[in-house]
Order: sequence, then structure tokens, then C-alpha cells
Amino acid sequence: MGGHATKQIDAPTLWGGSMSPFSTSYGKLMMWFFLVSDALTFGGLLVAYGYTRYTYTGEWPAGEEVFHHFPLAGETHLPLLYVAFMTFILIVSSVTMVLAVEAGHRMDKRGVIKWLAWTIVGGFIFLGSQVWEWSHFIHGSEYGRITLQDGSVVKAHYNHDTHAFEGFEVTQDGSLYKAEEQKSGEHEEKYAVLHGDHAKALYNSIEENESYRIVRGANLYENEYGPSHYGQFFFFITGFHGFHVFSGVVINILVLMMVLKGTMHKRGHYEMVEKTGLYWHFVDLVWVFVFTFFYLV
Amino acid sequence: MGATVSHDDHGHHHEEGFISKYIFSMDHKMIAKQFLVTGMMMGVLGMMLSIFFRIQLGWPGEESTVLNMFLGDDWAPNGILDRNMYLGLVTIHGTLMVFFVLTAGLSGTFSNLLIPLQLGARDMASGFLNMLSYWMFFISTCLMTISLFVESGPAMAGWTVYPPLSALEEAVPGSGLGMTLWLMSMAIFIASSLLGSLNYIVTVLNLRTKGMKMTRMPLTIWAFFVTAILGVLSFPVLLSAALLLLMDRTMGTNFYLSDIIVGGEMMDYTGGSPLLFEHLFWFLGHPEVYIVLLPALGITSEIIATNSRKPIFGYRAMIGSILAIGFLSFIVWGHHMFLTGMNPFLGGVFVFTTLLIAIPSAVKVFNYLTTIWKGNIVYTPGMLFSIGLVSTFITGGVTGIILADSALDITVHDTYFVVAHFHVVMGLSAIFGMFAGVYHWFPKMYGRMMNTKMGYFHFWTTLISGYGVFFPMHFVGIAGAPRRYYDYSVYDLFDKAQYEMILDLNVLISIFAILGAFAQGVFIFNFFYSIWFGQKAVQNPWKSNTLEWTTPVEHVHGNWPGPRPEVHRWPYDYSKPGAEEDFIPQIVPLAEGEEDH
Repeated sequence: MGGHATKQIDAPTLWGGSMSPFSTSYGKLMMWFFLVSDALTFGGLLVAYGYTRYTYTGEWPAGEEVFHHFPLAGETHLPLLYVAFMTFILIVSSVTMVLAVEAGHRMDKRGVIKWLAWTIVGGFIFLGSQVWEWSHFIHGSEYGRITLQDGSVVKAHYNHDTHAFEGFEVTQDGSLYKAEEQKSGEHEEKYAVLHGDHAKALYNSIEENESYRIVRGANLYENEYGPSHYGQFFFFITGFHGFHVFSGVVINILVLMMVLKGTMHKRGHYEMVEKTGLYWHFVDLVWVFVFTFFYLV
Repeated sequence: MGATVSHDDHGHHHEEGFISKYIFSMDHKMIAKQFLVTGMMMGVLGMMLSIFFRIQLGWPGEESTVLNMFLGDDWAPNGILDRNMYLGLVTIHGTLMVFFVLTAGLSGTFSNLLIPLQLGARDMASGFLNMLSYWMFFISTCLMTISLFVESGPAMAGWTVYPPLSALEEAVPGSGLGMTLWLMSMAIFIASSLLGSLNYIVTVLNLRTKGMKMTRMPLTIWAFFVTAILGVLSFPVLLSAALLLLMDRTMGTNFYLSDIIVGGEMMDYTGGSPLLFEHLFWFLGHPEVYIVLLPALGITSEIIATNSRKPIFGYRAMIGSILAIGFLSFIVWGHHMFLTGMNPFLGGVFVFTTLLIAIPSAVKVFNYLTTIWKGNIVYTPGMLFSIGLVSTFITGGVTGIILADSALDITVHDTYFVVAHFHVVMGLSAIFGMFAGVYHWFPKMYGRMMNTKMGYFHFWTTLISGYGVFFPMHFVGIAGAPRRYYDYSVYDLFDKAQYEMILDLNVLISIFAILGAFAQGVFIFNFFYSIWFGQKAVQNPWKSNTLEWTTPVEHVHGNWPGPRPEVHRWPYDYSKPGAEEDFIPQIVPLAEGEEDH
């Protein structure tokens, strides 16, 4: 039952009817085709993201510059460390899921319960981490991004070693001009490396001036990191994936309750665990792609 | 394999209550009938809407009591159709016909009815999901129908719901609640279609009876199988497009919106791309054409072979062409977008892939013709509609070659030429396939025969009015009349003579449309009359080889009262030399020295 062909059967017999050609039950086959379909939904979304990003003429924010915080670590610079932790947790939860399925093959009820519970814990940790990640993304950095009246944008970084604001990048028409490129250009005066109190004074004066606007964090209309679509796609695609993880956790809990009641044991097989396992691994696999497209490239 | 073995058990015939038998039924035969009747209701509604806007096109600005009676003073003041409602009617007509009639109505009916019956299965793999699939479809049809009664009107962005018309509430009246209902309805429909398709695929793969090799399956099943795969692969992309559109509408994002001026006011959107929506939409949209068409072609293959009393010509070539059409349908979507500002080089690629589809399509047409050639033809209404399908498939396919070429497409893009093309090739062909299927399998569904005389009348009036509507429409398109225009007189595009020609043809088209609509009344009457008063059917009225005719006329849950039939041959052993009768059912073992096809 567990998806293992017990003996070698030749192809004409397999495809000749009255037998499953893939040696799987219809339920598991259905789950596979559902996953194919779901993969195309994610594919559509990621292609839409790629299309928008490719046709955007300005500079797209880099993952390691946006995500470099860690909970309880204050103002640190640990690029992508936290999302690496999230990814690790999710992949480990896939391992525990495999162990639950394996225990099911052995009809080991206690094993299934143990590993399924750990999978659920992993799912919750991932979801909680995503909540933190989102809230950090939404609140943004301390100093945000300054939009000048002519539509150009100034962005300041705070350097913790020198205690200074530096890297006042000037953006125009939504595209970022790097500091180096500005030195001989007309924006030279707008670019400066200021230190300590001078910087703070400048920053405060900008904040009070009505002809400037400071964008902090991200929402669906604008964000401090880059073009508005960066935030929109981030929220939608990671949100859609998070929704999948959430449904996965809910399904896992339901299956765990069934296992606890002994339903599967009475049935004589733990195929339900295997089917939810397929879904869970799929959700993990999708995360690898989401992670790659939003954090790495 | 526990799961497959359990399906080999004898059918269980416990008594069922009214609700579990007729409403929340999990029996595939009942679900098929539910799909059919719902699809027919949607078809009648969609046809009525088309008559309303045909009245406007044929007699623009003239008062019509019919319009006033149906649409009221709000949408047809003094019997003159409102401009916005015109767009609403066109939109909902397209949506109902494409999704509810020709996708769910066609696939839902015949996949459900025939997959288990022709494969020798007791039922679908999951009866529960099958029931869910129907009821989600039902809810989505309700939502779409409700949207017609909303004060601000139904969705008005065309069945393709391009943004910005579909994304901005202030664009047209129907962009408000009507559009929201459209999206909700479509989301539920996608879920329904997904559940149905999963069931069809898995049933075909896992639940075939003993001896039913993939290469012994009737071509109907091959068509339904590939159709279901297309659905599973293409509808999810429409889902992602619709979800992003929903975000644009409700959450203030602008995935599809950029630099838009509404009422002289610049909207605060930059960077989105309506082209993105078109790419995502047509990635579904083109396979959808084949989701509509393939089941009709499969039904035709079966009916033509049976009623020509000849084996289908080129069985394996037919399977190959179904697979080739299925594959190619995923790499041609750009031909809907030649004039959108897409990279012209990409357009060239899409011209090539689109023209390639002509090859498997031609294979199918020639195989139909060679099957009929020198056949001992029985002209049942189902057979007539099948031959009608071959005719419209050729007529529409030829104009498809013209439209596939981007250089030619420039002049006729978004004109009535396109409207005529797709109505002939996928509208008429698919609905002919559906009619053929209904006439042919009615005895299987209801245990009675449909009236043949009324069937002939229905066929000829439908064929004549179908060509009467869509043949002149090509010329309207070549004359340059753009589609979805409410009235041509207000634009300076045409000189007087040209305008009068268009108007004259439009009158002709509208008259044929009205005639065709009345002809369908005959079918509806015949259908419901025959359910109760039709001549009682015998077990195998068409002397057909396939397994569904080995089941008793009275339906039993589980299809075969005894064990499942065993299959020994392909389904097209008609007029086999040396055989006593001109048909040998699939359950008959091969005779001594006889070879499988």
C-alpha cells in the first residue's frame, strides 16, 4: 500500500488495465497531480515577478541589503542569516515528515505521532519567523528613505563603526544612482558623507521640512527599499506561500488527531500521512524557489 | 493494491434516498446529468444575452419592446440598449459559453458519464470530490447569474477581463461589484475544474478494467484525458492571474496598472503592466480553446466510426494528434497578443508554433473524412452533428491559418473576422460535438431515445443559422468593423457605403441568430420530452462496440450488476471481414487466429 511495488511487473501488464500503472493508489496520484497544478500557480506568480523585475529599468533591491537583522540582536548587520535559519527549520521539518511517513510504513503509531508533532512544531516556528520577518520588513530601517520634492530619492545608511550617516544615494525616476557615479555628475552636491551630529542635524532638518517625505518600511503602495512592486510581490508571494504552510500545518494537525484516535491503525495503513507528506515536501520545495528569487538573486 | 482492488468489488445496490440520489449524488452518471442540465441552462441564458446585443447590432438605436421587457428601464430605456450594458452582455455571454457551457457543460457531462463507463470502472476514483466538483460549479454559475442583477451591472471588461477595465472600479459601471462577482465565480469554477480534472486523469490511469490497455481506449477517453491534463496545467495560471487582479482591485497594489488616466485625472500608478495579465491570461486562454474543442473531437471520433460502420482511420495517428495539439496549445498563446506591443521577434516564434497546430488538426480532419469514405453511413442526428463538426472545424480552421500569421493579423485583429473565426472553430464545432454527444448517449443517460425527426430539424436549422450568422461576419470583419463596439455610426472610421454594408450584413446576421435561437427550443423540447415520453431504448441502440453499451439500460450504482467486463480488443472492430455481424464489442474475445488491431 505504501507506494512500493512489491514485485517487478512488465509494462504491458501494468498498462493493460485493472492495475495502477504507477503502482500507487488513486489518492496519492491525485495528490501528485494537484501538486503539479499548484506548482503552476506558483510558477505563474514567480514568472509575473520575474517579468516585472526584468522590465523594470532601475535597480532592484538586493536581498542581503534589505534583510540583515536578527531578532534580539539590535542594529546588526547579519545579511540573510535569519532567513537561512527559517529555511533550515523548514527543511528539517521535511526530514521529520519523512521520518513520520517511514514510521507509518512500519505501522509504528508512536513514531508517527512523535515525528508528525515535530513537523508541526517546525511549521509553527517557520510561520512565527515569517511573522517576524514581515513585521521587520513593514517597520523598516530606522532612517528610512527620503523622497525629495522633485521625485528624486535620498537614502541614508547609518554606519555603526563610524557613527555616521553615509551613502546618501540619490534616486531619480525610481532608479538608484550609486554614490560613485555621482561624483562627476550634477547630483554631486546632494551626495555627501557626514559624520555624527552633522548627519543627525541634516537628517532632522530633512524630516521637519515639508518638501521632503520620509518613507519608512514597506506597504503595498510604497517601500523604502526600492520600487513599489518589490514590496507588492514580496508580500503577495511570501504571503501565498505562508498560507500554504499554514494550511499544511492545519492538515498535519488534523492527520495527527486522526492518528491519535487510531483511525489509521484500524485502516491498516498510514497512507494519509504519506499524502500530507507529499504536500508538505512540495511546500518546502516551493520555498526554495521563493527564497532564491526574493533573497538570493 | 488495496485501493484498486476495492473497486473490483461488485457494485453495491443499496436503496438511496431522494437527496443522495438526485441532489448530492456521488454517482458519476447522475453527476453527468447534473452537469448537462446546468450547462444547458447556462447555454440558454448565454444565447438570450447574445440575442439582446444582436438586436442592438442589427437595428442600432431602434426601440425594441423585447429588450425593454427583459432588461427593464435601467438597461434598456425606451427599448434602446444601454451602452454599458452592451459590454456587460458581451462579457457574460462569452464567459457563460466558454467556461460554463463548453468547459463544464461539455467535459463535465461526457467525461463524467463516459470515463467510468467506457473504461469498465465502477465509478470515478473519488465520488466525493466529483460531487464537490459539480456543486462548486453550480455555485459559480449562481454567482455569475446573480451578477446580471446587480445595480451597477455585470462585469463589462470582456470575457478576457483585461485590466485596467477589470482592475479599476471607476473604469466602467460593471467594474465594481459585477467584476468582483465575476472573479469570485471564476475562482470557484477553477477549483471545481481542478477537482474534476484530477478525478478524470486518475480514473483513466488507475481504474481501467482488465484488458483495457491505453491503446484500446476509445478516442473519447483519450480526448477527455488530454483535456483534463490541459485543465490541470493551465487553469492554475489563470488562478494566479486572477489573484493578482484581485489584489489590484482590493488591496491597492498595481501589478497590472501603470500611467492611467481616468476622467482626465492621472492615477497614481507606475510600473505595473497590463501586458503581464495578458501573458498570464492567454497561457490559460489558449489551452482553454482546446479544453473546449478536444472533448468534442473525441465524441466525434467515436460517433463517426460507429455510424460509418468502419474502424476509425488512423487510430494511433488520432491519439498522436490529440497529444500534439495538447502540447502545442501551451506554446502559442502569443498569437492573441500580436498587436499588444509584444516583441515582434517573439511574435514570429508564435506564428511558427501556431501554424504547426494546423498539422495535427489536419490529421484529424483527414482521418474523419477517410473514416466516412465508403462507409455504410447511418444518419442519426448524432452522426449529422458529428459531420457538421467536421465541416465547421475545416471552415474555422482555414481562417485560423490567416489569423496565425502576424502580418495578416494586423489588419483583422480584434475585428469581427476574429469573432467569426473562433465562433466557427470552437463555438460551433464544440457545441456540435456536444449536441452529437447528447443525441448519441441520451439512451445511456435516460434509458429512452430522443426523437429523430426533431433531431434532424434541429440539426439543419442549427447548421444553416450557424453558417448564416458566422459566414457573413467574416466580411463584416474584413470591412474593418472592430469587435465590442456598441454602434458603428458614431465613429468616422467608415464611409457611408461601407457603413451601410456592415449594417446590412448585421441585419442578416441578427435574423439568423434569432432563427438559430428558436431552433434550440426544438432541442430543449425534444430533450425534456424524451426524458419522460421518449421511445424506450434497447441496451445497444447504435450497435456500438464500447463498454457503456454492455451495462443495463436501468442505471445501477456500480454500473455492472455482475463483475466488471473484461476487454479483449480495441473499440473499432466495425465491419470486420469474416465476422458475422458488422460490429464486435470489446468484451468479445479474439477468435482463433484473429489479430488485435
